Amino acid sequence: MTVNAVVQLALFLGVLLAAVKPLGWYMARVLEGGPGAAPLGLGRVLGPAEPVIYRLCGVRPGGDGKPEEMGWKAYAVGILLFNAAGFIAVYGLQRLQHVLPGNPAGLGPVEAGSAFNTAVSFVSNTNWQGYGGEVTMSYLTQMMGLGVQNFVSAATGIAVLAALVRGLGRREAHGIGNCWADLTRVTLYILVPLSAVLAVGLVSQGVVQTMRGPAEAVLTAPLAGADGKAVAAQVIPLGPAASQIAIKQLGTNGGGFFNVNSAHPLENPTAISNFLEVLAILLIPAGLCWTFGEMVKDRRQGWAVLAAMVVIFVPLLAATVGLEQAGNPGVGALGVDLAASAAQPGGNMEGKEARFGVVNSALWATATTAASNGSVNSMHDSFTPLGGLIPMWLMQLGEVVFGGVGSGLYGMLMFVIVAVFIAGLMVGRTPEYLGKKIEPFEMKMAAIAVLVPCAVVLTGTAIAVLTPAARATVSNPGPHGFSQVLYAFSSAGNNNGSAFAGLGANTPFYNVALGLAMWLSRFWIIVPVLAAAGSLAVKKSAPVTSGTLPTHGPVFVGMLVAVVIVVGALTFVPALALGPVVEHLQLMGR
Amino acid sequence: MSIAATGKSPFAVPNPSSPASSPRPRGPGRRGVFDAAIVRPAVVSALMKLHPRVQARNPVMFVVWVVSVLTTGLAAAGLAGRGEVGGYSPGLVLVIALWLWFTVLFANFAEAMAEGRGKAQAASLRRSKREVVAKRVEARPGPAGATDVKSLRPARVSASELRRGDVVLVEAGDIIPGDGEVVEGIASVNESAVTGESAPVIRESGGDRSSVTGGTQVLSDWILVRIGSNPGETFLDRMIAMVEGAKRQKTPNEIALDILLAKLTIIFLLACATLLPYSIYAVGSAGAGGGGAAPITVTVLAALLVCLIPTTIGGLLSAIRIAGMDRLVQANVIATSGRAVEAAGDVDVLLLDKTGTITLGNRQAARFIPVDGATVEELADAAQLASLADETPEGRSIVVLAKRHGLRERDMHALGFDGRPASFIPFSANTRMSGVDLPDAPAHPGGRQIRKGSADAVEAYVARMGGRASEQARAVVADVSTRGSTPLVVADGKGRTLGVIELKDIVKGGIAERFAELRRMGIRTVMITGDNPVTAAAIAAEAGVDDFLAQATPEKKLELIRQHQRGGRLVAMTGDGTNDAPALAQADVAVAMNSGTQAAKEAGNMVDLDSNPTKLIEIVRIGKQLLITRGSLTTFSIANDVAKYFAIIPAAFAATYPALDALNIMRLNPSTAILSSVIFNALIIVALIPLALRGVAYRPVEASKLLLHNLVVYGAGGLIVPFIGIKAIDMVINGLRLV
Repeated sequence: MTVNAVVQLALFLGVLLAAVKPLGWYMARVLEGGPGAAPLGLGRVLGPAEPVIYRLCGVRPGGDGKPEEMGWKAYAVGILLFNAAGFIAVYGLQRLQHVLPGNPAGLGPVEAGSAFNTAVSFVSNTNWQGYGGEVTMSYLTQMMGLGVQNFVSAATGIAVLAALVRGLGRREAHGIGNCWADLTRVTLYILVPLSAVLAVGLVSQGVVQTMRGPAEAVLTAPLAGADGKAVAAQVIPLGPAASQIAIKQLGTNGGGFFNVNSAHPLENPTAISNFLEVLAILLIPAGLCWTFGEMVKDRRQGWAVLAAMVVIFVPLLAATVGLEQAGNPGVGALGVDLAASAAQPGGNMEGKEARFGVVNSALWATATTAASNGSVNSMHDSFTPLGGLIPMWLMQLGEVVFGGVGSGLYGMLMFVIVAVFIAGLMVGRTPEYLGKKIEPFEMKMAAIAVLVPCAVVLTGTAIAVLTPAARATVSNPGPHGFSQVLYAFSSAGNNNGSAFAGLGANTPFYNVALGLAMWLSRFWIIVPVLAAAGSLAVKKSAPVTSGTLPTHGPVFVGMLVAVVIVVGALTFVPALALGPVVEHLQLMGR
Repeated sequence: MSIAATGKSPFAVPNPSSPASSPRPRGPGRRGVFDAAIVRPAVVSALMKLHPRVQARNPVMFVVWVVSVLTTGLAAAGLAGRGEVGGYSPGLVLVIALWLWFTVLFANFAEAMAEGRGKAQAASLRRSKREVVAKRVEARPGPAGATDVKSLRPARVSASELRRGDVVLVEAGDIIPGDGEVVEGIASVNESAVTGESAPVIRESGGDRSSVTGGTQVLSDWILVRIGSNPGETFLDRMIAMVEGAKRQKTPNEIALDILLAKLTIIFLLACATLLPYSIYAVGSAGAGGGGAAPITVTVLAALLVCLIPTTIGGLLSAIRIAGMDRLVQANVIATSGRAVEAAGDVDVLLLDKTGTITLGNRQAARFIPVDGATVEELADAAQLASLADETPEGRSIVVLAKRHGLRERDMHALGFDGRPASFIPFSANTRMSGVDLPDAPAHPGGRQIRKGSADAVEAYVARMGGRASEQARAVVADVSTRGSTPLVVADGKGRTLGVIELKDIVKGGIAERFAELRRMGIRTVMITGDNPVTAAAIAAEAGVDDFLAQATPEKKLELIRQHQRGGRLVAMTGDGTNDAPALAQADVAVAMNSGTQAAKEAGNMVDLDSNPTKLIEIVRIGKQLLITRGSLTTFSIANDVAKYFAIIPAAFAATYPALDALNIMRLNPSTAILSSVIFNALIIVALIPLALRGVAYRPVEASKLLLHNLVVYGAGGLIVPFIGIKAIDMVINGLRLV
């Protein structure tokens, strides 16, 4: 790695880790506070809205003035109903956008398969996009459908996490919080204010925010169009982009306003906007680790989980940067200078924006797949085979290295249960985490949560490569084509949303198959996680003795890292061997 | 242990200084791991266990069983000339199928070995359960000592006809026909059949030595025993059932581990099953350099699957469980369930009785401290007189101490005068004093009364006799108490306080080290004693316990246990008295002494046949070992998979993607690499049988150190061993041209 790369990555990690504690503290206050209460004066500004929302929604107050506590089943039903309603709304908006207002470009209704896929995609916080935003979705659909889901799907993840953390922190309790209150408070006090701040920052860098229709620019020299006629003007799509981009980054959504996502100059114009956007990807997932420690009244536990994430993230980040910087030996063999210098970034620049270069493209690719964000500022399809393997594998790990807002940490806590179980046995005690004994029920729920994404990715890819219609839209032959399909299902099956761009995914097969994959891995994890939360909440908490395995020390962090990596590696080694690994070996052997 | 108990059987005092050392061999004695007498039937049993119904109990091994059937079918098809396209020769497929079957058989063998060891144990127990003739008496025996044994007309019945509540006469030479309680008489009993201890023990009616076990033999005298259990429910039966039935019940920990293993199996099943479509796609689109290769064969997928799923732990799981129970039985402990044993590994708090556990059973007189001008000789003389009839160990130790002060032993009967005997006042819980009233005699005109007892009781006596409480005695009493000793105050009938006898508790040698060991295991020790808080604190400090409960009553004990449990702690205790029963029933791990009462044994969930209160340490160790063995072998099993991928993936796809040969870092022969992996996978089960039976060693160190140690040994070891093992097997196969 170049000095420039080390400085940039260190700056990024430094700012990210510095933000963990204040943001984590703030989010803990929000998740534990009563109606209208929020720190930093936000309670005074936004608080009055909260009781009004509860009254409109019919949320009953409990004994302590907070909304009534729910058991895990009620909580799960609430979350599922809320998401089902969101699905119907997004689907309906897309199908009816031609008769609804807010459509200055006069776009027609979205095709049914694509509308289904997009609705699942945005509700499940995946934001896989089989369509090009600026030529498919009206402003109303973007704002009221996709924009709203950007907020509430993120809020869903944080709410479920809050329920699980309460389950771990409480003793002999039956309630794990109120899902309506959690959804409301997370949106009102965390997502809206943060997005507003970020959106203003982005606008300052030149990201567009307008309700006007597309702009037209007169070309200085006319070009010949595809049909041979002279083209004198360029149509530049605009729209209310900054507000959407802020939440798409912060809420690990990733669904871009424009087709090429954050590679688009109006979505991500400068180095500063790039830094802010990539920071926003990991900001909340990292901060939630601290929130977790705060809420279970043992901050070391939060640091330990964050440490495990960082320990996996940093080497993979360095490897991606190194691999992309090394470039393609095939290109080097043609006599092209691949070395970085003051005059050029060097390395593999195919599919990368010149204004971001190798380091910021690789950083973004690693961050966006570590977190289940899925926005891109470069085309992962064009990465070197191993440079593309790392983002794919980060998704296949189950999106638990930072992961989605809330969902990353609750997924990681499921891995913690597995790690604690094996580690507990190895020290000769019935395994316990935060004093809660891990028994068959928790183990079953953790097993489902870990198993579902693996199963979805593997079987989805298997079905696709046997289906002629699915094979037909693969752009490259051989192992790279296989990687494209595997990447698509890894992305959908872990609610990431990024794509190996070569795959033509807006087909009936992929719209349905990937839609189902997104749906399964979102809700078949949420339900077991909430069930585990309910089961943990009613347990007694065993006191700590010298025989208790400390889950905040380096040994356990190492154990957790090993479990995540081993499960991820053992599951996907054969598939990866047939995709990026063989592609790499062939490239080297040429 | 009951608070009132003053001592245990004088015959069979457990040896507390070496309780953690291995228990004595019993029955067939300690066996080597591969004892021919056990191996031979185990081989037969391993074959019998191939029945699918047996296999279905273990999800991991069931998958191996199904895959073995499938591969055998493929081999048969190959031999019939219909083998898979591009697959191995039928002979090689057959060899792979055979080794897959060996994998199942080796797992069966491991289980059969463990069962065989248990069965040998049970058989030796059963030998002691021969058919006994019982002498049933119809009449309910009268008050103590009232029955004339010769007047009883016992009916001779078979022991198996006895029911709960029957009373039987057992005389010298007879075998006690069933578990029960002595209702009358006293006898010495040889309990070696159950305890392995050859020294006889005393059993008598009343108190805490009244319990007898069926199958033991009365050596002298006679006793009337009320039978406490119906046929088939005696301790021997329970012990045999536990040894033989260990394979049936699964603990919650095992169920959770089963779920984890099933999850891993499903993941690998998916990873292998989806490889076929991936391979078909790869062959179809390989283009660059994949000329004309066939997709991966089902044989290779079957072999890959069996190598990847956690067969090592899956195959040894039941052997580990059975061997754990076997170790417990060898430690002379009967548990009612495997759950109780595992709970022992989780114990946070251990309640121990002071007397007999922490201190030697008896306090001993250590010093005479005269007060108010009395001389030491005067005090010694009075103390001796008051203790002559006192048969308690404390009483005897006072006489012994007096002797050292130059006083001869006196004859109790010579104390009388003129036909009026001296009358001895025995100790009672009400008066808390004992003593002697001497008749009027020239040596002491007007008679002489001497009392010894607890400070406040004697003070009250002195006041009754018109004397004044001695300030000096009070000071001495306080001083003695702070030293952890028990003060006995001696006074005479004239209201004069003579002095104080210091009774010292003798803390057992080596006990402090054991508590330190418990502390390292993360277990708090709490001493339970009837002593006052000052005495208790001193002994607690000397013995090194973490906490104590003074002036304990059964209610206080129960409350203490509940209080700890409310805090989420797991409490273990040992006990033997009837008044321990409620606390034993409340504790999570309750070990009753076999010498204890029937009520105590019923209330506990384990019985220690050696009646050794520090046996709990051993039980905790066995419980922890069980879990550690499971966890370590699970880690080992999963870590093995890394090497297997490196062996199988390049070999399986060598034809489609020759470039993948770069992953063949072991430089295996591609045509034998898969067979070598399968053979390694089967042999590692056999290699680990001794470890599964013996258990992974437990060291009482900090949990994270223990984890690190086991991770290095079994995690890193599990990564490295298969690389060496598979390479070695591949070299042997190719060196000998076996294929």
